Amino acid sequence: VLKITFIAYDGTPHTVEAACGTSLMRAATDNRVPGIDGDCGGNCACATCHVYVDPAWADRVGVRTASEKDMLNLVPELQDNSRLGCQITLDPSLNGLVVTLPESQH
Amino acid sequence: VSAQIATARARVAALDLSQANPADPQGFVDDSVGLLFARLRREDPVHLSHSPVPGIDTYWSVTRYQDIMRVDTRHDIFSSENGITLMDFPPGDDQKLRMFIAMDPPKHDEQRKAVSPIVAPANLKNWQELIRERTCMVLDSLPRNETFDWVDRVSIELTTYMLATLFDFPLEDRRLLTYWSDISTANKLTNPDAPEPEVRMAELRKMLGYFTRLWNERVNAPPRSDLISILAHGEATRHMGPLEYMGNLVLLIVGGNDTTRNSMTGGVLALHENPQEMQKLRGNPALLESMVSEIIRWQTPLAYMRRTVMADTELGGKQMKKGEKLAMWYLSGNRDESTIADADRFIIDRANPRQHLSFGFGIHRCVGNRLAELQLKILWEEILRRFDNIEVVGEPVRVCSSFVRGFSRLLVRIAA
Repeated sequence: VLKITFIAYDGTPHTVEAACGTSLMRAATDNRVPGIDGDCGGNCACATCHVYVDPAWADRVGVRTASEKDMLNLVPELQDNSRLGCQITLDPSLNGLVVTLPESQH
Repeated sequence: VSAQIATARARVAALDLSQANPADPQGFVDDSVGLLFARLRREDPVHLSHSPVPGIDTYWSVTRYQDIMRVDTRHDIFSSENGITLMDFPPGDDQKLRMFIAMDPPKHDEQRKAVSPIVAPANLKNWQELIRERTCMVLDSLPRNETFDWVDRVSIELTTYMLATLFDFPLEDRRLLTYWSDISTANKLTNPDAPEPEVRMAELRKMLGYFTRLWNERVNAPPRSDLISILAHGEATRHMGPLEYMGNLVLLIVGGNDTTRNSMTGGVLALHENPQEMQKLRGNPALLESMVSEIIRWQTPLAYMRRTVMADTELGGKQMKKGEKLAMWYLSGNRDESTIADADRFIIDRANPRQHLSFGFGIHRCVGNRLAELQLKILWEEILRRFDNIEVVGEPVRVCSSFVRGFSRLLVRIAA
């Protein structure tokens, strides 16, 4: 079991436990973390699980997929550390991962 | 079960599927098309049809949720450049409206990004109070103990107010927006009551004239937050030609009008037909948010989107050839039991209510989705505060279109 922390737009941290192999998006929606919608259920098709990865974790999280780039291109407030949570699969190296959330999912 | 539904069921059950043509608007007028989609999902989920309507001709129907998701997320294979409805533009047609929903990247992305901030949730906070004020005003003006048309008095009125606000359009002329929205989706070939093509184009030119005046006012003024000002000053949109400006106006007017309007009506009908869900809602108003998603799934106000195949490909066991066209039937995918449990039932507290196809998926996903949800949420909050019951007192009259799935009349009565 891994611990993941989502920091809401207003600064409130939500730390949840998630199993290896689940996606970062599921870790949030299964624990009802506010601010992550996941409308498409993990198909990389709606960009409503947008997160900013804490720079300290960037290397371990890896890079965007091709379809993720297409979807992220349309989100408001895109940053260098923007990712879609459904495209990040949790493994032991991500235990303790910290991500922050945008003002809203669109 | 009414006699009409029983007849439609018998007809669809007996139909030879090789003759099935789900784009025939008649199935939408009598609401029997859902029965046809149930058969197609079961028996031939990716189906080739021939329409007798010139310009529609031969097209694929994609009816299952997962296949639709695949098409919607592969914009490299399934292009939007030839339009989003099954009707082809005549070759060399210079009247072709250019709108970003009917473009592929990169131009699509540039134009979409120019307009999307106005309906981004961060901006919606600014609209919220105004939407509530107008919703209250419209609901408070409704007659009691008297039959009236919910479509005209509530759904059109509220969506038109909203559009006028987004465009900063003169409020006293707001019904022109409804008129232009209807005109732009009217199609003589599939609806005999629609205006002739020349008449339609002449009306659209009037619309362009009106909006060109607004454009000129705004381009010569400092940038403001309304959509026309955003288009007139935006890097990606300020050099649009007249047909492209008109195309994008049509997109925003239809996108903001037909859709929410029909979900506003469809919700009243769904709750009337499912009184146990209304009881659930009154017992637990916190269900309102999930109910809004369920209403949007249930209504599916745009029944399909068209794509054009860019390279030979396989979908659901069928071989599609470059140049062929297809309809992703969102209405059918939203009733697909293999992805949505109890898909044929209206359930306001279902699990994962947001997982529906009504907004589309992929890069063309509805840009105004959060605004639509907000409008519906406020409407139902204010309905609950005021009315014990909205009684539907006549058969709904449905729009003669296989693209816009909606109502032209819904007679209701509210007790004093």
